[in-house]
Amino acid sequence: MADPKEKIAEIVDSNDIVLFMKGTALFPQCGFSSRAIAILDRLGAKYETVDVLQDPEIRTGIKAYSDWPTIPQLYVKGEFVGGSDIMMEMFESGELQELLKAPSPTDRA
Amino acid sequence: MAMAASEVERLIRAAIPDAEVTIRDLAGDGDHYAARVVSKSFAGLSRIQQHQAVYAALGGRVGGELHALQLETAVRLTETSHG
Repeated sequence: MADPKEKIAEIVDSNDIVLFMKGTALFPQCGFSSRAIAILDRLGAKYETVDVLQDPEIRTGIKAYSDWPTIPQLYVKGEFVGGSDIMMEMFESGELQELLKAPSPTDRA
Repeated sequence: MAMAASEVERLIRAAIPDAEVTIRDLAGDGDHYAARVVSKSFAGLSRIQQHQAVYAALGGRVGGELHALQLETAVRLTETSHG
C-alpha cells in the first residue's frame, strides 16, 4: 500500500489547484467545504477536489502533511494556502484571485 | 463533544498571553465557535503560521473535541489598544 504522504504529494504536485474537502463540489458534506467551493467557483477557478470522506488514509494523512487539523485544505501550485477562513480572508482582500491567476512554475519554464 | 467558550479562551491565553480573544458560539451547541485572536506575537508570521499557533494552543482539540473553530487572526500593532 502506498504511503499516504506519497499519495498526497502526488495529488498536490499534479494539480495546480486542489481542494481536499468533505464531499464533492456538487454535494459538499460540511459547511466549511461548501464555503471553500463557493469561493473557488466565484473566482471561476478550475480546480480538482479530493473527497477525504472516501479515503480515511488521506483524511488523516492530509492533517499531518499540512500540519493543519481541519478540512477543507487548499493547495495551489504545490503550496498549502490554508483552510476556508484563510481562503475567505484572501478572497476578500483580492489575494486569492492573484494567487490563482499566477502562472504555474511549469508554464513559466 | 463540546467545550465551553471560556475554556477555549483560557487555553488560547495560556499559550499566547497577550492575546485579545473574542469568541462567538455559532450554533449554540458549544461545538461550533468563531474566534478572533489578536496578538503582537503574530508579527512576522504568515496567516497559516498564525492559525497554527492558535491550533497549537488548543492542543489538538480542533478537528476532534471541537468540531469547528472559525478562526480569524490579526497582529496587534500597538502596545496599548486604548489610546
